[in-house]
Amino acid sequence: MRYEAPTSVSEAAKLLAKEKGLARILAGGTDLIVQMKSGMIEPDLVVDIKRIDALKRIKKEKGGFRVGAAVSGAEMEEHEELCALWPGVVEATNLIGSTQVQGRATMAGNLCNASPAADCVPALVAADAVARVVGPKKGRDVPVIKMTTGPGKTTLKRGEFVESIFLPSRKKRSGDAYLRFIPRTEMDIAVVGAGVSLTLDKNGKCSDARLSLGAVAAKVLLVERAAKILIGSNLDEETLEKFAAAASAAAKPIDDKRGTVDFRKKVSGVLARRAAIIAAERAMTTEKKGKK
Amino acid sequence: MSQIHVSTTINGDPVEYLCEPDDTLLDVLRDRLSLTGTKEGCGSGDCGACSVTIDGRLVCACLALGAEADGRKIDTIEGMAEGEKLHPLQEKFLEHAALQCGVCTPGFLVAAKSLLEKNPSPTETEIRYWLAGNLCRCTGYDKIIRAVMDTAKEMKGKRKGKKS
Ligand SMILES: Cc1cc2nc3c(=O)[nH]c(=O)nc-3n(C[C@H](O)[C@H](O)[C@H](O)COP(=O)(O)OP(=O)(O)OC[C@H]3O[C@@H](n4cnc5c(N)ncnc54)[C@H](O)[C@@H]3O)c2cc1C
Ligand code: FES
Ligand code: FES
Repeated sequence: MRYEAPTSVSEAAKLLAKEKGLARILAGGTDLIVQMKSGMIEPDLVVDIKRIDALKRIKKEKGGFRVGAAVSGAEMEEHEELCALWPGVVEATNLIGSTQVQGRATMAGNLCNASPAADCVPALVAADAVARVVGPKKGRDVPVIKMTTGPGKTTLKRGEFVESIFLPSRKKRSGDAYLRFIPRTEMDIAVVGAGVSLTLDKNGKCSDARLSLGAVAAKVLLVERAAKILIGSNLDEETLEKFAAAASAAAKPIDDKRGTVDFRKKVSGVLARRAAIIAAERAMTTEKKGKK
Repeated sequence: MSQIHVSTTINGDPVEYLCEPDDTLLDVLRDRLSLTGTKEGCGSGDCGACSVTIDGRLVCACLALGAEADGRKIDTIEGMAEGEKLHPLQEKFLEHAALQCGVCTPGFLVAAKSLLEKNPSPTETEIRYWLAGNLCRCTGYDKIIRAVMDTAKEMKGKRKGKKS
């Protein structure tokens, strides 16, 4: 194996393009190094992207934020403006592993590792986040929902990698939230994860909503049918019931030692509903802040 | 495999070493530099026995490559005491009997030190969450948590004393 630590995106792209064997990006290494040590993969080339300054930055862009692919969860948590705009995305990222894992783990690594249970991905899908993909050809912007196709599978082509993830600006009265179920309170893999992002109008009616579920299918799901139920409502009890039922119906989980199909479907609805309530509360508090 | 030449700073001292590209930082510390205070429990990021800081950031040495340390500042348990003088956390771990076999202790100390640097007066809940990635099979955690809380209290008292 060779180890390279380029200092520019173009240099990294060249290294990847030239490699005939198996090449892998090293971001936080919290998936990659575990997989290397357990013999799951044996890369011929590892390209460490943490020496590329541009990828270590959180940059304001068009009212939103561009988060570089080498930014760790711990660095995101320390960025007040990002936490204020997308609290659900930051909390989802901060659920990944321990403090030690947080010091290294990135959103782009969580996404590209393509686990169906990846914690930050449902929050990113709910946020309608867009990955910037660079490589031998011209860069392209790919919605996060289109980045993965199944366990361990991404739509990245040979030589391509994620340069950053863009979190868009928000309308007034918007909020997001991510919740997961695990049997303990820390350090476990999601049995179900649910991310919700929504916007309220000035009368408190929901004008826009997105729901995403993790760990209940071969890839993270965008559940438009359930989200539509929220739109136009005041998130009253009856609407939330229907919303939860639609989330449960959309879940296509497997039975395993971590949870049965029935349990996962039920919990999908429960978490979707709770996340919607938190997102709506946040949407209302951003309005108060805006008024000041 | 051709070896990689790394120049880094460990516990304030400049250090140079050669390592294999797939050596972890933990392999380098223990096997090449004989800094065996940093322990290997799992080798997969789950136990925290290998906790060190890289440029001030708490991480697992088993989940970083030795080659990544080039030009960075690494701090390990060996840098915690000043000569014979123990760090307040080390004193309190002894006082509260916060260890039995001791394999987890360097990791807990490095992690707790990093917490107190970021947050000098953490609540018990904050301490428990911060240390959730450090496993101990002997103590039942409670004495460890008490020791960290007591250290925070004492260090705060000392800071106040200095100010007045
Ligand atoms: C103890 C422990 C606990 C964990 N707990 C959780 C958890 O609770 N929830 C969860 O979701 N995950 C968890 N994980 C898994 C892991 O920490 C996350 O998936 C993390 O976000 C991976 O990010 P990374 O930067 O470390 O990725 P890396 O390990 O560096 O990379 C992961 C994969 O993605 C590729 N890659 C990385 N960056 C890019 C890029 N920019 N472009 C293209 N490909 C790229 C790599 O080549 C590799 O195949 C845990 C891991 C450990 C060790
Ligand atoms: S040895 Fe590194 S976390 Fe267990
Ligand atoms: S004292 Fe033995 S593992 Fe903690």
